[in-house]
Amino acid sequence: MLLSVEDLKIGFGLLEPLVGVDLGVDAGEILGLVGESGSGKSMTAMSIMGMLPLMGGRIKQGRIVFDGLDLTTINEGSYRKLRGGRIALITQNPMTSLDPVVRVGRQIDQASQLHLGLDRKEAKSRTIDLMDRMRIPSPQHAYDLFPHQLSGGLRQRIVIAMALAGDPDLLIADEPTTALDVTVQAQIIQLLVELVRDRGLGLILITHDMGVIAQTCDRVAVMYCGRVVEYGPVARLFDDPRHPYTRALISCIPQLGMAPGTLTGIPGMVPSSQNLPKGCRFHPRCDSVLDNCRLREPPMKTEDGRSVACFLHEGGQR
Amino acid sequence: MLGYTIRRLLALVPVFFVVSGVVFLVVHLVPGDPVDHLIRTGSSPDQRAEIIARYGLDRSLIEQYISWLGRVISGDLGTAIVMRRPVATLIWDNLGYSLALGGWALAFSALAGVAAGAIAASFRERWIDHGLMGVSLLGSTVPTFWLGLLMIMLFAVQLGWVPVSGARHWTSLILPVLTVGLGGMALVARVTRIAMIETAREDFVMLLHAKGVPRWTIQIRHVLRHALIPVVTILSLRIGLIIGGSVTVEYVFARPGLGSLLIRALSQRDYPLVQGCLLFLAMAVMLGTLLGDLLQAAMDPRQRDEATR
Ligand SMILES: Nc1ncnc2c1ncn2[C@@H]1O[C@H](COP(=O)(O)OP(=O)(O)OP(=O)(O)O)[C@@H](O)[C@H]1O
Ligand SMILES: [Mg+2]
Repeated sequence: MLLSVEDLKIGFGLLEPLVGVDLGVDAGEILGLVGESGSGKSMTAMSIMGMLPLMGGRIKQGRIVFDGLDLTTINEGSYRKLRGGRIALITQNPMTSLDPVVRVGRQIDQASQLHLGLDRKEAKSRTIDLMDRMRIPSPQHAYDLFPHQLSGGLRQRIVIAMALAGDPDLLIADEPTTALDVTVQAQIIQLLVELVRDRGLGLILITHDMGVIAQTCDRVAVMYCGRVVEYGPVARLFDDPRHPYTRALISCIPQLGMAPGTLTGIPGMVPSSQNLPKGCRFHPRCDSVLDNCRLREPPMKTEDGRSVACFLHEGGQR
Repeated sequence: MLGYTIRRLLALVPVFFVVSGVVFLVVHLVPGDPVDHLIRTGSSPDQRAEIIARYGLDRSLIEQYISWLGRVISGDLGTAIVMRRPVATLIWDNLGYSLALGGWALAFSALAGVAAGAIAASFRERWIDHGLMGVSLLGSTVPTFWLGLLMIMLFAVQLGWVPVSGARHWTSLILPVLTVGLGGMALVARVTRIAMIETAREDFVMLLHAKGVPRWTIQIRHVLRHALIPVVTILSLRIGLIIGGSVTVEYVFARPGLGSLLIRALSQRDYPLVQGCLLFLAMAVMLGTLLGDLLQAAMDPRQRDEATR
């Protein structure tokens, strides 16, 4: 595994936005991370990037192993060399993720100058090359533009080029297309998939969109209220979802030819982190609750390559 | 940028006409015959007639304004009634003092304020932040004259480091500059601090961290650079205030300056001099704002494009 996260728990003061995150991604592979808003997808990304301290949080338990190195044990100086160098991040909103007063080309240069030790001229030619590969029209000209002079789709391509400039092994894309037009969304996802397939990058793709997961990912981790509740290869997870939450998410995907009004949502609301239910965090919204679910949190069980945290799948109680 | 500069300059033309119009009307708006405001009491009828002819007081207001403006633009601001010297000369003599005090005070507010604000923002909620912000709150609430007197007591009388008053030696500038500058510094420090804290929360700063840029490079090259944009506005708005509004300090330290000149002119009802001073200060405010806008446009490409569109 290029990256594996094991039993991760993080804390912000008394709050614990993540309590049990287990997942992994290999080189040349795409891991999808899904879950409703507030389930802790971005927090997982921030934990891997080592940026929790910036936000006032810390890792309380667990390991994040990247290329054989436990990232929870290294100091900020070494982490900084990894960030943007070997692990890169793409964020949700291309409108706000670039420095508005710096030319976009220079913002891409910055990463390769920092991590590859290029001088300004070398960095520029690498940047123009990258911009060209991101299919940004006339990169020579675009290099000198400011972010507000570009469209949302082009800006997101700049952000991706910036992430690639340090030649990373792992890319974390936190909802990279949410802020874009539908047609542009497909292009950006396509671009990311090509990068993984051609260059052997590992990609963690965070999204709300089960459709995108089904089409692009190799593996999925489904998150609910700070936990990974189901994790496994994408085909098997979609064919045979084990956790009721996964089932519910899949039934929310609109299908062609569905009768109007048959698209279901998940009843109830995501509980707030101050006010979590006792037992399994999903049980108030679950359609197949057992007595046990109200009392204890189900542990994560792993069985031939897939894991699920649900009492329905524990020791023949089904 | 050049086009922007030219457009901003052109935009000042109507403002200039309005401002100069108001200044011109001062003589006509105060109660009484304008001739009496422009001439020494006890002048002979001949002298009155000469003034009426000179200022064209028998013609319409518009004609008077145009001929007044014509003289102003050619540098003739009239003659001060009490001091009996050309207004332009009086302003010129005092301008040097005001510019020295204002310039240094502005530079001090800018440098010390930005430094204090940046340090406070970088060590947010730590003792150094609380300390700096406490001092700057004090600096902006203590009345200027009291601060000035306090500093005279301490540095000039007790310690004898600098002269008590006057404007003969450069060391006599230190206390007035500090007195005027401390208020500005406090303001600049608070604006810098808040702007940096707000900027640090922006997505792009997160992404700079994610890029592996060292923390101090982010703080100085990106976050502080953004925070300077509102600071420039604040400082440019203070230019007029500092040049014309340092009357208290000029009094406390017995320094000449435009502020004192204006106050003296007002108390002596020396209207040509009042007009000259007001016009000059209004110009200083206008040019200060212009300078601020140009600097902002130079620092922020979004504003440049906004204005071009
Ligand atoms: N700065 C913070 N300090 C403390 N708690 C936070 C902070 N930011 C987010 N949280 C909490 O962490 C939890 C997970 O949030 P996170 O942003 O990871 O969700 P998400 O899955 O990315 O949601 P979305 O789909 O809306 O992006 C939420 O309960 C949120 O309230
Ligand atoms: Mg998120």
